[in-house]
Amino acid sequence: MITKEDVEHVGWLARIEIDENDADEYASQLNDVLNHFEQLDEVDTENVPPTYHVIDLVNVFREDVARESLTQDKALENTSSSKEGYFKSYRII
Amino acid sequence: MAEENPDGVVIGLEIHVQLNKLNSKMFCACSTDYHNSEPNSNTCPVCLGLPGSLPVINEKAVESAMKVGLALNCDIVEQTQFHRKNYFYPDLPKGFQITQYDYPIANDGKIVIESDEGEHVVRIKRAHMEEDPGRMMHIGNIEKSKGTLIDYNRSGMALLEIVTEPDIRSPKESRRFLDKLRNIIEYLEVFDSNLEGAMRVDANISLQGGSRTEVKNISSHKGAERALLYEIMRQKNIMRRGGEVTMETRHFDEEKGCTVGLRSKEAEHDYRYFPEPDLTPLRVADRVPKVTKTLPELPDAKRERFLSQYGMTEMHAKALTSDIRVSEFFEEVAKEVDPKTSASWVADVLKGELNYRELTVDAFKVEDMISIIQMVTQDKITEKSAVEVIRQILDYGGKPDEIVRENGLLKVEEDVVSKAVTETIQENEQAVNDYFAGKEKSLNYLVGQVMKKTRGRADAKEVRELLVDKLNK
Amino acid sequence: MGEPMNISKIKSEIAKTSSEEVLNSYLEKINKSKINGYSTVYDEAVEEARDIDKNGHDGILAGVPVAVKDNISTDGIPTTCCSRILEGYTPPYDAHVVERLKSEGAIVIGKTNMDEFAMGTSTETSCYGPTLNPWDTGKVPGGSSGGSAAVIASDEAPVSLGSDTGGSVRCPASYCGVVGLKPTYGTVSRYGLISYANSLEQIGPLANNVSDVAIMMDVIGGHDTRDSTSVSQKTNYQNTLKDDVNGLKIGIPEEYFGEGIDPEVEESVWNAINKFEDMGATWEKVSMPNTSYALSAYYIIAMSEASSNLARFDGTQYGYRADGDNWHVMASRTRAEGFGTEVQRRILLGTYALSAGYYDKYYLKALKVRTLVKQDFENALSNVDVLMTPTMPTTAFKLGEKIKDPLSLYLADVNTVPVNLAGVPSISVPCGFSDGLPIGLQIIGKHFNESTILQAAYSFEQNTDYNAGRPGEVE
Repeated sequence: MITKEDVEHVGWLARIEIDENDADEYASQLNDVLNHFEQLDEVDTENVPPTYHVIDLVNVFREDVARESLTQDKALENTSSSKEGYFKSYRII
Repeated sequence: MAEENPDGVVIGLEIHVQLNKLNSKMFCACSTDYHNSEPNSNTCPVCLGLPGSLPVINEKAVESAMKVGLALNCDIVEQTQFHRKNYFYPDLPKGFQITQYDYPIANDGKIVIESDEGEHVVRIKRAHMEEDPGRMMHIGNIEKSKGTLIDYNRSGMALLEIVTEPDIRSPKESRRFLDKLRNIIEYLEVFDSNLEGAMRVDANISLQGGSRTEVKNISSHKGAERALLYEIMRQKNIMRRGGEVTMETRHFDEEKGCTVGLRSKEAEHDYRYFPEPDLTPLRVADRVPKVTKTLPELPDAKRERFLSQYGMTEMHAKALTSDIRVSEFFEEVAKEVDPKTSASWVADVLKGELNYRELTVDAFKVEDMISIIQMVTQDKITEKSAVEVIRQILDYGGKPDEIVRENGLLKVEEDVVSKAVTETIQENEQAVNDYFAGKEKSLNYLVGQVMKKTRGRADAKEVRELLVDKLNK
Repeated sequence: MGEPMNISKIKSEIAKTSSEEVLNSYLEKINKSKINGYSTVYDEAVEEARDIDKNGHDGILAGVPVAVKDNISTDGIPTTCCSRILEGYTPPYDAHVVERLKSEGAIVIGKTNMDEFAMGTSTETSCYGPTLNPWDTGKVPGGSSGGSAAVIASDEAPVSLGSDTGGSVRCPASYCGVVGLKPTYGTVSRYGLISYANSLEQIGPLANNVSDVAIMMDVIGGHDTRDSTSVSQKTNYQNTLKDDVNGLKIGIPEEYFGEGIDPEVEESVWNAINKFEDMGATWEKVSMPNTSYALSAYYIIAMSEASSNLARFDGTQYGYRADGDNWHVMASRTRAEGFGTEVQRRILLGTYALSAGYYDKYYLKALKVRTLVKQDFENALSNVDVLMTPTMPTTAFKLGEKIKDPLSLYLADVNTVPVNLAGVPSISVPCGFSDGLPIGLQIIGKHFNESTILQAAYSFEQNTDYNAGRPGEVE
């Protein structure tokens, strides 16, 4: 059971501010979905390996060759806040 | 013999080594040569973490990591993969860092450090590959900052995080360990320690009976020693007052030389590691023999060889092998001049002069060292003059022979003066007798005769001293 | 009912007039359209058409307008995933598939509407408002690539690209009566596709007919060194398509005809299977016992990966940025204000599923169930060449009908998500109508065996006329 407090904790982990008034509704919606997920508990997966990749590939590499980078202008093109070539953002704490 | 450790200091280090000798970053083709670039001019969609971009593993980065692992006496893992470490921070453009988790590329190694008290083994728990975040600058200091400026040029640089077991017992020992580690990795030519941010350290430290704190943001070996000294003092004081050291992450303020606790909510983490779906697993253990073959002679082996091959002292061997560039410099010199003499000049003189000026051996030319040593051994200049020549080159530049000439350091010239003095004494019996009879003026006459013989090239004051010297023998 | 357009008709049209004229006629239609199929219309494409008219181009798509889903990066054209959080973001690079399209002379006419970040089955969660189903504007077009399917059905583009994480190409293809292919995982480079769930998704083409889908696959498929999970070599499907299913062995997994299936959908699919039999194929029932667990496993994996993929949208470098006392507060508000409700819900669920203490219960468990689902496909496809199922259990549902009930929306994907868990290829082709709404037949093949399902779909198309018509002009 996910509680209102759990929703707020997960919200912090995911950096999504949860409005206190919405937390209850979120909790009940998340519980509905999680209850559905519970059905997996009935599947016997002992000795079943997990599938991370459906295609069996290993050691896919790139050669150590450098290529041209984006220009500073291109890199900063999408920001609304830059200063002297840096991205500018809020203080950290 | 064990070092004394009355406070029961236990230190474990996590060292981030930037594999900055690669051509390109860990997961993209941006150059590793960004140190003199404008901010954000060395990026691409991948290292900016732009939506839709995908990482691809740099093969040489993996082999470099294996090289380091093998040099630190580690086992190389059979199969591994990259994971995502999820946390939010402005320097982390994707909101996660690609790193390794349960199967690091290398584990269970060790480094032996030497000190006055003997040898000490520091066990290496693991070494894993990951990507470097960008660089953040706080406008003002971190606590009262008005904002942050972010440069992603560094973002995506290949890092190797080396984690020790808590085997270190003092700040001094941690510095020795770090020096040795740096030396070994430099031997492998995967990293240049002179570049900014090449080696960064986090330290876990506790005293007997107290909790452990983690100190982050240490960017030099000296810094590590200072940060640890401060932290020991801080923890001791808390315990002395009967308080309890809280388990926390602290930030090292290099300028003030102190550690600062960070507010706990931001420091609270649940990294939600899971395998990076955009990368394939690695199966590289079969490359161990191949990589092993590429390993160069490492510091300890080189030290042994210097001892037996050149017959130098233990101290010289240690000094000459504690930095790969110095060892290579020495061997070049030793090809041309007597190795033992070379060892002494490089280890005792040159290294000291370099350290004093905070320079590396790159600041001095092999050929200059050879010619200076040759001048000494051929008795052309004195040892004192040779030291002077080294200093002049380091401070003002120039070639050894020019400096010797311009400063009249040739021993031959001294001989000319001294020969002229001897002759003058023999040829002017009357004046000599007058001198011993107390006639001061006769000394002036003798000086004049010597000056005449040397055609005025000698220094009158020196000549006078030399005369008095010889007359009174 | 209008005539469906196709690539060869467009090319002869261009030969008669010009790329510019053809493009303009499409832009005109788009401007008059009421279905809201595009998030961005790229009017500057006219320049590219003029350039092709002037200098010629020997590409196989020379001058052909192509609509591209709004989660596929296009250099210089906004790419927003139909989310407020990517407001104003214009990528400085092209996705691999867009590079491929351009190198064959195609013209990107615009970006198509979609469920925000491809998380949905109805294209209702777009920040640009819902796309309407051209067959009935009271109905959803399916999702998440609803725009990409709807603009084909309403002839606002001849071909388009979508992306399919759990059915997002096939579902709207089915609801809009067009053809849509989800290629084998690894066939098409994902470089430039804004990730929702990396281990599940592929870019896939939508078109009015199977041949055009084959042409598009030849263009966009093939190995790309920038995507580590990209594997295949270049293909030549367009020249090898044959009207021939003689001896084709079809497997019918009973589990896909279960509870919740609309009887008319079931009937149409069985008619299609009988048609295949008439054409020389055989069929048998097969069992895929883990099917009922696929949906939960799929959602756990997709949400977990999404929670990490979408972490980069924090207001620092691009897109929407809220205010805040410090960076963390700013990021939390940016994400609360910038993401829609469904996206937030999935991020929260995914974060929860990966968090300390729950990883084994949810994420790891789901990956193990994924193995079982994949084995179901391997077993079933070891005896038959293809599997056939209804693409969707019903026809298009009403706008607004499921949007308030996330779980019912998730359940609609029951027949499409197992395919993504297994990574196999699958195509949806029109196979009938119910109350004037199209029904889709799903044909599933073995890994990298696109040629077999394309040929089956092509043969079916040649011998039926379910996609011969198009909805009338939407007023």
